[in-house]
Amino acid sequence: MLAAKVIADQGIAVEGVNFFTGFCVEGHTHAIRENRSKRPKRNNALWVAEQLGIKLHIIDVIEEYKDIVLNPRHGYGAHLNPCLDCKVFMVKKAMELWLSDGFMSEHGFDFIITGEVIGQRPKSQRKATMPLIARESGADDRLLRPLCAKFLPETLPEREGWVDREALFGFHGRNRTPQIELARRLGIEDWAQPAGGCCFLTDDSYSDKLQDLWQAQGVRSYELDDIMLLKVGRHIRPAANFKLIIGRELGENRYLEGYRKQFPALKLESHKGPLCLIDGTPSAADLLLAARITGRYSQGREAEQIVVSVNWPDGRREELTTTPLPKAELAPEWLIGA
Amino acid sequence: MALETLDTRGLLCPLPVIRTQDRIRSLAPGSMLVVTASDAGTLQDIPAWCRVHGHRLVTTEQTEEDIEKGRTYRFTICVVEQ
Ligand code: SF4
Repeated sequence: MLAAKVIADQGIAVEGVNFFTGFCVEGHTHAIRENRSKRPKRNNALWVAEQLGIKLHIIDVIEEYKDIVLNPRHGYGAHLNPCLDCKVFMVKKAMELWLSDGFMSEHGFDFIITGEVIGQRPKSQRKATMPLIARESGADDRLLRPLCAKFLPETLPEREGWVDREALFGFHGRNRTPQIELARRLGIEDWAQPAGGCCFLTDDSYSDKLQDLWQAQGVRSYELDDIMLLKVGRHIRPAANFKLIIGRELGENRYLEGYRKQFPALKLESHKGPLCLIDGTPSAADLLLAARITGRYSQGREAEQIVVSVNWPDGRREELTTTPLPKAELAPEWLIGA
Repeated sequence: MALETLDTRGLLCPLPVIRTQDRIRSLAPGSMLVVTASDAGTLQDIPAWCRVHGHRLVTTEQTEEDIEKGRTYRFTICVVEQ
């Protein structure tokens, strides 16, 4: 946001590009989680574009991004976040869009800016990674980082005088106070930039669930539904052949409802309780255990008896009468990413 | 002018916005596009996207019938010269 504002204030036309990888923290999770429903369910990138008065293009890169997550040339950060490869990919993709016929404004674009700051992220935003991203993306000296330009060699827009290098910045390190001060000076009060990562891949619990998915599948791959479901509910794996996804509140239960045609779903009939999807190939004994675990998370957790329906994707339905699993029998290692 | 339609039900934000954006790119100015969506996030995002790109959001509706079938929102957008 800040970088775009700094450049737009120099009288340069700026348009934003936002890539949707499927792992983004944005939007959809707000929609899923009922307990956040009082907050505006806004898309931050769109909100920023509106504040700045610029156009924003949101691009679906779900398929192409798989290779970045599965085979990062530069490896992962602290979790399954391939930040360096991701940045190269995004700048490269922005280049492609710019070159693709008629995508952005008919006037075309002359250079790309990012909001990177040297030293802000321990692995992907170092002085050494800045030229690497420029080189590997193919953007070379058409890639300008207005917030730390003073620490980097002159780029084409600076050399050509399109941009006044003197009016750019030399921010570095993790201290964000100077950026917040600049934002305030520029009249930006509500600052949408996340302090942590921009996606779930930086989250240890989420990364654990993704690792578990790959292990259970026996192959490192994913579909959009897989990675979306990892954002929702408690994931519990009592055995290698199946796991449970249990909604934690109304919004999640409603979201999981949408998957009843793909997974068997367990529902408490005798008490109020969550919806539970079963991913895998459970035996009859596994289903009974799953019903007891679902009961553990319901209002019938202390009841002597619970009734749970098993609803199969093909429409078959059966009812199991059982007891809720006592807390002591719920092995901590079953809880993935907890 | 024929009404173009786009069904994004079942998709979570920002996918309904992306599909709307991609569709509008192929439509001539003056075209009308009706988008149906089930994600409540679209109530914020589709109007915001229209404002950002200068397209005119003519109506936002949620009908009785929609409510019965689950949450559905319907947006009518008039495509403006881009
Ligand atoms: S945290 Fe940001 S840079 Fe890192 S992988 Fe996620 S989207 Fe890419």
